[in-house]
Amino acid sequence: MITEAMILSAILFVIGTFGVLVRRNAIIMFLCIELQLNAVNLTLVAMSRLWGIDGQVFVFFVMTVAAAEAAVGLAIIISIFRHYETVNVDNFNLLKW
Amino acid sequence: MEILFYMLAAVAIGGAFGVVMARTPVGSLLFMVSALASLAGIFVLMEAHFLAAVQIIVYAGAIMVLFLFVIMLLNLGHEYRTDLRGGLFALLSFAVTGALAGVLARRFGATGMDMAGTTPGGQAIDAALLEYGAVGAIAQPLFTDYLVPFEITGILLLVAIVGALVLAKRRVS
Repeated sequence: MITEAMILSAILFVIGTFGVLVRRNAIIMFLCIELQLNAVNLTLVAMSRLWGIDGQVFVFFVMTVAAAEAAVGLAIIISIFRHYETVNVDNFNLLKW
Repeated sequence: MEILFYMLAAVAIGGAFGVVMARTPVGSLLFMVSALASLAGIFVLMEAHFLAAVQIIVYAGAIMVLFLFVIMLLNLGHEYRTDLRGGLFALLSFAVTGALAGVLARRFGATGMDMAGTTPGGQAIDAALLEYGAVGAIAQPLFTDYLVPFEITGILLLVAIVGALVLAKRRVS
């Protein structure tokens, strides 16, 4: 089951990458990043079957960081929306050139 | 056991595609919840019971509800046509992610480690589950070997709360 879980996590990570590349809505890009974090969590849990319970502790930390990141990221999105009235990332080009 | 894993994996992959392809942000969010729930089921199959519970409570419960609040607060989801990048860029990113998938599948598929239940880590986890229970098995290393990272995590959460408040607060002037 470990190999299957690693392949599943690779598939989920790639779908998340594709979503980040192909969508323009900032919130959905953010959701896809969460999907990538979950793929990594699955890898760590599968690897804890090989190397002991430390992998599960790492997953715990990853979840905490994901919660903090969601709070700060959504606050940034709200504050950007107040300024531009949109969350389409093509409109945020202040730092582009 | 195996058939359950494949069913949950199919739900997870379908949910992940739904996140990318759903027409509205709320639909995308609901697909994400289904993917997270099936991942929690896979965690249970791998004897990470506490993490499965945390996945449901914290991820599917708290974080996704936070996303839902923000989507409904900002009243999004009326511009699907301009939301998806089309044409050459979509083709290019599909090719790049396909190449990434090929590399990852080669890397993980070629190792051939499928020894469920008889692995050294699996035996250690089984022993810890028997001795301390589902919560104690993860609390034991968390509060001994990883105590300092755990405390730093608390500081990180405090900083995140203060940062989110400062960023999202309306200026009163």
